[in-house]
Amino acid sequence: MTATPAETTVTERAWKGFKGGLWRDAVDVRDFIQRNYTPYEGDAGFLAGPTDRTLAVWKAVTDRFPEERAKGVYDVAYDIPSTITAHAPGWIDRGKDLIVGLQTDAPLKRAIMPYGGWRMVAGALETYGYPVSEELEKVFTEHRKTHNAGVFDAYTPEIRAARKAGIVTGLPDAYGRGRIIGDYRRVALYGVDRLIEVKKEEKAGLDALPAGNRSLEETIRLREELAEQIRALGELKAMAASYGHDISGPATSGHEAVQWLYFAYLAAVKEQNGAAMSLGRTSTFVDVYLQRDLDAGVLTEERAQEIIDDFIIKLRIVRFLRTPEYDELFSGDPTWVTESIGGMGEDGRPLVTRTSFRYLQTLYNLGPAPEPNMTVFWSPSLPRGFKEFCAKVSIDTSSVQYESDELMRPRFGDDTAIACCVSAMPVGKQMQFFGARVNLAKTLLYAINGGRDEKSGAQVGPATGALTSEVLDYDEVMAKFDAQMEWLAGVYVHALNVIHYMHDKYAYERLEMALHDRDVRRTMACGIAGLSVAADSLAAVKYAKVTPVRDATGLATDYLIDGDYPAYGNNDERADEIAVGLVEEFMRKVRKHPTYRNAEHTQSVLTITSNVVYGKKTGNTPDGRRAGEPFSPGANPMNGRDTHGYVASALSVAKLPYEDAEDGISLTHTVTPDGLGRTPEERIANLAGVLDGYTAVDGFHMNVNVLNRDVLMDAMEHPENYPQLTIRVSGYAVNFVRLTREQQLDVLNRTFHGSL
Amino acid sequence: MTTLLGPGIPVRQVPPVRAATPAAAATHRPSEGSVHSWDLSTGVDGPGTRFVTFLSGCPLTCLYCHNPDTWKMRNGKRTSADAVIAEASKYVRFIAASGGGATVSGGEPLLQPVFTGELLHRLKHELGLHTALDTSGFLGVRATDALLRDTDLVLLDIKSWDPDTYRKVTGRPLRPTLDFARRLADLGREVHVRFVLVPGLTDDPADVEGVAAFAGGLGNVSRVDVLPFHKLGEAKWQALGKTFTLHDTPAPSPERVASAREVFRAHGLHAV
Repeated sequence: MTATPAETTVTERAWKGFKGGLWRDAVDVRDFIQRNYTPYEGDAGFLAGPTDRTLAVWKAVTDRFPEERAKGVYDVAYDIPSTITAHAPGWIDRGKDLIVGLQTDAPLKRAIMPYGGWRMVAGALETYGYPVSEELEKVFTEHRKTHNAGVFDAYTPEIRAARKAGIVTGLPDAYGRGRIIGDYRRVALYGVDRLIEVKKEEKAGLDALPAGNRSLEETIRLREELAEQIRALGELKAMAASYGHDISGPATSGHEAVQWLYFAYLAAVKEQNGAAMSLGRTSTFVDVYLQRDLDAGVLTEERAQEIIDDFIIKLRIVRFLRTPEYDELFSGDPTWVTESIGGMGEDGRPLVTRTSFRYLQTLYNLGPAPEPNMTVFWSPSLPRGFKEFCAKVSIDTSSVQYESDELMRPRFGDDTAIACCVSAMPVGKQMQFFGARVNLAKTLLYAINGGRDEKSGAQVGPATGALTSEVLDYDEVMAKFDAQMEWLAGVYVHALNVIHYMHDKYAYERLEMALHDRDVRRTMACGIAGLSVAADSLAAVKYAKVTPVRDATGLATDYLIDGDYPAYGNNDERADEIAVGLVEEFMRKVRKHPTYRNAEHTQSVLTITSNVVYGKKTGNTPDGRRAGEPFSPGANPMNGRDTHGYVASALSVAKLPYEDAEDGISLTHTVTPDGLGRTPEERIANLAGVLDGYTAVDGFHMNVNVLNRDVLMDAMEHPENYPQLTIRVSGYAVNFVRLTREQQLDVLNRTFHGSL
Repeated sequence: MTTLLGPGIPVRQVPPVRAATPAAAATHRPSEGSVHSWDLSTGVDGPGTRFVTFLSGCPLTCLYCHNPDTWKMRNGKRTSADAVIAEASKYVRFIAASGGGATVSGGEPLLQPVFTGELLHRLKHELGLHTALDTSGFLGVRATDALLRDTDLVLLDIKSWDPDTYRKVTGRPLRPTLDFARRLADLGREVHVRFVLVPGLTDDPADVEGVAAFAGGLGNVSRVDVLPFHKLGEAKWQALGKTFTLHDTPAPSPERVASAREVFRAHGLHAV
């Protein structure tokens, strides 16, 4: 690429003082970070509190929250289909905003994004009392096909039946798939023009392929995608220009770096209503710029914190318009603006910088909040000062989740970020086809009932013949379960292939993919729910005596359990090996099926808040769980069955093999403050110790809540007193008062680990 | 001192404990004990995250006991030391990284001194864990020097300085506990003292001062936990058909707890 003299000047000024390397000649943000960042091994003593300006801006936002909570949405831009440039610029306070840009022309005003599906847009508008434009309806039902319409054109009757029964569920066929992280840092480091040049070169590279490959469907698709990516980058520049910023060149200061980064992210959330719109791993990147300014004496700590605080305010108010069905599944209006913080570098230096602390400090300066989803990459090798600050923030705010850097770094490298809750991916180099999850507990009931649904009686799974023995026999159950899982894996991967084919076709993530390398690694991210219910049910069949109660049609609808059985969650090998076996076996079955774009199969053990809905759709189970009762979230043991404390419970979960659940294994723990020790210092040291211990036994993820049950009970009765009460659920955090009452009760009924 | 007690607090008669001498213990090493349960806890049964074995049986019947279900040895489960060690071994990797260790608690573990000694020995030497013994000290005489050598830390409850109050609270005399504390000091074993502050029962200033002065004079007490009385165990009393006589006793105010801690601090102790 040849730069004009003028461009060279801008770039040289922007990069002044940075150590050179591969990153100057090729797009390589990791190389830039590695050569230029300053690890910070001290404590939190340097941090600054909020400025009056920060508090005023935050207040202007929080003052709108009660109305938003009451109405469900604050406002909707109901007649403008959102694109990167569709909405006029908006501010919280034009005179005060340090980092500018909103999804629409006003804060908390939600956009409509019809490419995913018109019915969802119309449904949401009707729910919240906004007019549905006849003209737009005509466009998106007659002239412009949507993702949702495409999916339902290609679903088979079998997929529809499995979906209806709730055995395959939560599929992103009616909402944006998300879980794609653009490398938003590239915009700050290189400027948009350079990125467009690179994309043009990538496209030209395809033209040079041998004739036979050049005209294959996959190459043609890629050429079209690259053209769209280039177009999206142009729109990104135009959107920034509407706020008075020229981002064609690289950022020249810390303030600009954060602003450029945010513009890139903002363009993504203007264009896509993805289930998870994660940010990536930005704090240490940003730190390079802030540190350069601090060293040059042109920035103070207070100002550096103020810039970060303002950025975080913007991330906290990302909003999507969603339907009540979606909210039931993923409660609390989550956006999963996940930011990955900390971790160790491959060279052994911690990737912790002062800005890693500054991001966490926002939880004090602005108070606790569910978004952005602060995710610390934990390693026992992290500097002590950082570990203790993380633990302190967790204890004070319950707003942090932890994932094992020791499991991720060897597999994905040290420039990896979490999408959504627990999905690791190297930034800008890997994406996933999000696949929600199947209901393993229901699958087990299908095994017992020969593929008939225990609620409707309909034949949904293959007719493997109902078990007729009076007492369930473990080997017999397992044989049928195996057959049902085999069938389920096939239907499931088929459904995902359809979904992602259509998503690429009708709702392609132009901007996010423009901030990836051309040839990305794709994973087909399957998932399982109801693991603990299935494992405990099988343990009951194996170690106690389980007698099905059948209705007149021979359908087993309830179970009598005679005797005790070992339950998953007590570090008891008898039960845990069943859970491990299910994870391995379902993964093995999923891997048998070819995937769209040759995506690599992975799976997660994660439910988010959908454990409540899955439970509702599942009848009585042989573990004694009653019909409709929620499943445990993620990979958690069932509520109250883990009776030996949270460490024993965590060790059961840690046995689940990450290599067969590379899309993540989620564990949520709620501890009372007393359950961590008697003094604040002791609690901090002990929580850091617990995280070290969990990492040492190959645990992958831990959500930590430090709460008293009384606080939650009071918050249910007096939500107005707890506008910012944050609680971690499976893989993300929510405002407790924005959960449905059902979800709140589920959280309350979960095991609180304390001391007595 | 009796005037400080509420009228509803009875002074109980408790049968004497059968004698079991250290000599008898040395000749026989049973591989079984009566175990109530095991648990993993953090920050409450000694430092860090610990594997805690609760043994069944206690010669004391403390009015505020929050585990009255551990009083009777016969209600525990006969469990081999091998089984306890096998369970504890599952946590060695975790605890090595988290910090912590293993605690033998109860009930009163020294009611089963040989079993307790075997557990401590194996937890320390086979598993390499930091070991703690959680005891009232009443049966301290049963702890052999060998047992105490295998004990890195003793969590010692001193429930009152006043012998009458001590007897009212526990049904037993105070003296053996104090003797045991002095012996631990002579042996140079690290001790954490625990003192439960119960309004109208153990919160007499002279009582607090007495425990503090004693503990401060020992030289081996690295920490004192002043624990505010709570009633979270009351449901267990009801479940066992027992009367929880402190039903109407309030929890002490945070100020009262703080001032009790100050009394310990005045004696050079680290009180929390």
